[in-house]
Amino acid sequence: MSNKISTAQVKHIAALANIPITESEEAQLAAAFSETLATVSELMSVKVEGVEPTHQVTGLQNVWREDEVDQKSMLTQEEALANAKNTHQGYFVVERIIDES
Amino acid sequence: MSQAKLTLKQALAGLEAGEFSLSEIYKDVNKAVQTDNSQLNIYLTLNEKAEVEAANLGNLPLKGLPIAVKDNFLTKNLRTTAASTVLDEFVPPFESTATAKLKAAGGVVLGKTNLDAWAHGSSTETSQYGRTLNPRHPDYLPGGSSGGSAAAVAADFCIAALGTETAGSIRQPAAWCGVVGLKPTYGRVSRYGIVPMASSTDSPGTLTKTVEDSAILLNYLAGHDKKDSTTGPQPVPDFTQALNTDISGLKIGYLYHDLEGLEIVNPVIEEQLKVLEKLGVKVEKASAMDPKHAISVYTIVQRGEVSSNLARFDGIRYGNDRSFFGDEAKRRIMLGTYTLSKGYADQYYNTAQKVRTLFLQDFERLFATYDVLISATSPNYAKKIGATEGTAMFGELEDMLLEPSSISGLPGINIPCYHDQKTNLFLGMNIVGPMWEEARVIAVAAAFEKNTPWNSWRNAS
Repeated sequence: MSNKISTAQVKHIAALANIPITESEEAQLAAAFSETLATVSELMSVKVEGVEPTHQVTGLQNVWREDEVDQKSMLTQEEALANAKNTHQGYFVVERIIDES
Repeated sequence: MSQAKLTLKQALAGLEAGEFSLSEIYKDVNKAVQTDNSQLNIYLTLNEKAEVEAANLGNLPLKGLPIAVKDNFLTKNLRTTAASTVLDEFVPPFESTATAKLKAAGGVVLGKTNLDAWAHGSSTETSQYGRTLNPRHPDYLPGGSSGGSAAAVAADFCIAALGTETAGSIRQPAAWCGVVGLKPTYGRVSRYGIVPMASSTDSPGTLTKTVEDSAILLNYLAGHDKKDSTTGPQPVPDFTQALNTDISGLKIGYLYHDLEGLEIVNPVIEEQLKVLEKLGVKVEKASAMDPKHAISVYTIVQRGEVSSNLARFDGIRYGNDRSFFGDEAKRRIMLGTYTLSKGYADQYYNTAQKVRTLFLQDFERLFATYDVLISATSPNYAKKIGATEGTAMFGELEDMLLEPSSISGLPGINIPCYHDQKTNLFLGMNIVGPMWEEARVIAVAAAFEKNTPWNSWRNAS
């Protein structure tokens, strides 16, 4: 499989990741991605048939806790909103994402 | 002597004996910061109330001493940026577990140190607040991502410091700044309240003047945290007990002795291993899996976890919007988005996690024979400022010798093992142990430190 990334792919990835980029960045990113993917593609030479993947190293499984509310670690409404740029009557304000048409 | 140059152990002992006062220590540390911080760019934010907070902590183990904290630990009511303008005005409403434990033991956060933005890098050059300079020689970089914390220790801007490592981010800047950097086992110190990078390898740890100081600090940071379910239930030993362990009879595997590009550092490591041999340790050259595969595994896994972790920065609840991400963060988020997307996840991510298993098996094989593994920390001395420009893979290549142990979750320590008197720069030795065996790593590092002239505090002229 080719490791070459096109500017069209960069545009698509940027949209998926919600990262605004300029046209001049598209070409730079395409080159950087192609370089990095070419480097990491050496992994394909490693024999991994029958090897299980490792997603975490501690071996812990099903770590549970009591289903209790810890009042001490709750934020007040004021604390929760304190860092928001845009609030309205005690709510976060978000951009409309539903198209009415 | 300036009281800022005290090690943690010396400061605690001197305060106990009444040889000097806490305010004398603060006076000298503040003086160093006021004189040089504008040039070195180590602290991004200073805690103006530090000395007031310290005043009544004399009865606690850390006695109110000033500690530097990497600016990716959330500190309640003290600005935390992760060195990105996305979080330019962010004032956390809660505290990370690690800094909460530090404070509970009587440590005081003196200030928040510079890092590569989001801890993405090995130089501090990706910080959106400018690079930090190496206090040992300001034409050089401090390394990263915990470059500000390593530099804070080297510049005596604190008594000790906290950092985080995902793959080299404590040990590599420690090597470049000539300080001790301890990366504990993954899961030994809680990640709760730390701006996440790659959740499956992020490990908070210490940057200190001596090995002894790292053992003292780790005692207060380590342990299970119900707010981080990846912390292990393993009991926490008293790590200072390891400082005087007899290491004779131990078997050490010397790694990466035959790797290209280590022509400067490896002869030094080989010379220094003789010191350990004289202490009755058996040293053998050992063969390990090629670390270039670890670069690839780490690059794929880290980008994937970054794309997922940094999705939360939407500019709605806190911080600025996603147009504020710097170039390196954009590259990492987008590459991770690509390698995790349908059709590519199997080729990249799943293959990487399988090769990660092979690294774990390789270390298991090595630890069946050897008690600890030693290699160079970094391929060379600190690099000059501007070295990262135009390279998409700078950090990965600089951290090549550390990435195998990082992706495997193992504890490791950097200790200075050579000082170039012409440049005032240092080389570092990396000692790695099995999971949960920080004590063994500390024991070997402490013995080496005591028997060599390379620690600039123990051997102050």
